[in-house]
Amino acid sequence: MTAAAEGAGRRLELGTVVGEDRPQTRSRRILSIWLRSLAMDRWRAVNDALDDPRPLVLIADTAHGPRIEAVSVAGAAAGAGRGMMLADARTLCPGIVTALYDPAGDRDFLEKLAVWAMRWGPWSAMDAPDGLLVDVTAVPHLFGGEERLLADVHAAFARRNLAIRSAIAPTAGAAWALAHFGPERTILDDVHDMTARLADLPVAALRLDEDVTGVLRRLGLKRLGELTAVQDGGGGRDAIQRRFRNRRSPAANPLIRLDQLLGRVPEPLLPVIPRQMPLVQRRLMEPIRHRALLDQVMHDLALDMVRELEGREEGARRLELGLWRVDGEVVLRRLEFAAATRDADHMCRLFSSRLDNVDAGFGIEMVRLRASWAEPLSLEQSDFEAAAAYHGTSLATCIDRLAVRLGAKAVRRPVPFASHIPERAQRWQPPLEPERTSQEVFEFHYRPLKMLEKSERIAVLYATPDGYPKRFRWRGAVHEVARVEGPERIAPEWWRERGNARLRDYYRIEDETGRRYWIYRQGLIGDGRGGAPDWYLHGLCA
Amino acid sequence: MPFETLSQTCDVAALAARRSTRWQTGLAAMQGAPCHSEIFASGREASGAGAALALALDDWRHAPRGEGQEAEDRRAVLWVQTREAVRIGGIPYRPGLPRDLRHRVIHVLAEKTEDALFALEEGVRCHEIAFVIGEMAGNPKALDFTASRRLTLSAERHGVPLYLVRLDAAHDLSSARMRWDVVASPSPAPRWNATAPGTPSWRAELFRARGHAPGQWVLRGEESRLLAERAGSAETEAHGSSAGLPRTRPSAAGR
Repeated sequence: MTAAAEGAGRRLELGTVVGEDRPQTRSRRILSIWLRSLAMDRWRAVNDALDDPRPLVLIADTAHGPRIEAVSVAGAAAGAGRGMMLADARTLCPGIVTALYDPAGDRDFLEKLAVWAMRWGPWSAMDAPDGLLVDVTAVPHLFGGEERLLADVHAAFARRNLAIRSAIAPTAGAAWALAHFGPERTILDDVHDMTARLADLPVAALRLDEDVTGVLRRLGLKRLGELTAVQDGGGGRDAIQRRFRNRRSPAANPLIRLDQLLGRVPEPLLPVIPRQMPLVQRRLMEPIRHRALLDQVMHDLALDMVRELEGREEGARRLELGLWRVDGEVVLRRLEFAAATRDADHMCRLFSSRLDNVDAGFGIEMVRLRASWAEPLSLEQSDFEAAAAYHGTSLATCIDRLAVRLGAKAVRRPVPFASHIPERAQRWQPPLEPERTSQEVFEFHYRPLKMLEKSERIAVLYATPDGYPKRFRWRGAVHEVARVEGPERIAPEWWRERGNARLRDYYRIEDETGRRYWIYRQGLIGDGRGGAPDWYLHGLCA
Repeated sequence: MPFETLSQTCDVAALAARRSTRWQTGLAAMQGAPCHSEIFASGREASGAGAALALALDDWRHAPRGEGQEAEDRRAVLWVQTREAVRIGGIPYRPGLPRDLRHRVIHVLAEKTEDALFALEEGVRCHEIAFVIGEMAGNPKALDFTASRRLTLSAERHGVPLYLVRLDAAHDLSSARMRWDVVASPSPAPRWNATAPGTPSWRAELFRARGHAPGQWVLRGEESRLLAERAGSAETEAHGSSAGLPRTRPSAAGR
């Protein structure tokens, strides 16, 4: 519970770009940590199977059946390998144990690890899918030197049962290459002998895509030294440049990667910045079982939350209420607001309808309120004159109340959408979101006030092939058409619909008692897209 | 009738004269928008919603702006429909709405009548809403006299007008301040294409109102104003142009 609570109060964000790696007099020191078997280690830790001797694999479903994504040591000894199909592994080792591979969970875990890794340096970045980069420039002396720093890193990860390899180098590229392919715990000191020290590494150490590595291997360039030798000897760089001339991304261009590795071009890191979300809680002396007491606690919490938000000049968009029961159960209630708010009464009122079905059991001993989504909301002086003039609620409050009772999808605003088909020309969005700019509808296109959800088929007497409608039957009653305007022809959107979609001819009509409708004929006689055209009633005019 | 307007005109004679006046367009300029109106209409036509919008826009344009309010009204409009009303009469279509309202409409779709009544009441209590339009089908049990009284009191207290369209409904008990019966009426012929439908027209009967005598009008919603013409009598209102309008006998439709 405490571990979950620690993690719960924190949200991670990718912040601005810092730590540009430009060639400079004092070199940077980057620590690269490679978690060799992150998925497997995490699965073992989560499922309490640290010393499970059985061969274990993590599988992901593919179009061709389950494929192995991670293998335990015992599994590897039994013959299973990463990328193998599970069926093949089963033939080698029938007693293999499988579990589901969870890349999203791994990524979250890596994000938390990146924050934790800030104990070794001021900036740390995720190196997805299974690595971390920490900027340790001017830090190692605090740990007693770089060797001691690496020893500390290894000890800390060993305590968490995570297998790692690590390296420290002046650039992120070099540190990554050494962590993955160099000797254990390499420390690369000087900028000048980098080329020589890295020459023995395979070209895969350049963090290239698979196909690019393949191309280099076919060219006979297997080591970094060979690549640099080709570059430096007589116009070789130009040849490689020509071959990869339209590869812009660093992961597809070995020259860019090589320059990054050697520190000739900068490689910015995206640091992970932890952000604490406002969280308030009450531990109760006596477990509470009654609603009135819970309402009181809720109100106190809301006041605390408002104070917390005020300090940060923010307003809550989403609140999560956790009720910890004596028997260890946790009841969660979640609420979203249409606009950022700092109104304690409003929060209490919306939560009160959500608390009706809470089962208190033997009592609730802790209540916690957390704003997992907050937006900037400037502080303002409460205007007592305005409060006296306009009694009643604000629009955001009204929409919140409606959304809590009727569901968020029931409250919405129509917005235009660029389409010729009338029913597609209107879309819906949450009521307080800003409207996207769009082209206005043509004024000479007449549109009805109300549109039926689905156009209804009507039986029409009309002069074939494309004359005006004379009389029609809709919902069991006959209407004589007195006045007609049309047709307005709307062709199908050929870029979206199938080839045999039929056009529509819209007519605006008025019957003999003055009722006005918007009807259409779908298709023409002899357009080769079906038989006699059908008529539909689509809209009701004011 | 709001209390302030009462206190503004202390003259009892004027008050009596005004109580006996007939309804006319632009009346909101003198006595504020009526707080709760009911419009009975058939579900086979959009006359109910059209007339409700036209009346609401007329009141909204003419209602005096209070002190301290912005010169331009930028408030939203709440349109509440029950699922049944959507099935019968369709959903508002933005390109067909009056130009002033297109960007303001917030639509609420309620599955049950109770939810719709809740939404109407919340809308009426919100000071950032210009007016509320409700659409309900039939005579649901939840919409009894108590419910309508609740709506009327909230609307009067907060000054947000409510226009409740009742589709295919009988005239039940209600505390609405103005109750209309609306059917479609043949539109005047447009100037350039005489065979085309013209501006929307309705025959509206005010069959119960507080402070007004009942009467029948032919309403015509033009782009920027509402025209009303007394139906079935010789006198014509100064507001409406009387060109080419058929004189029809008042019908007792829907009574």
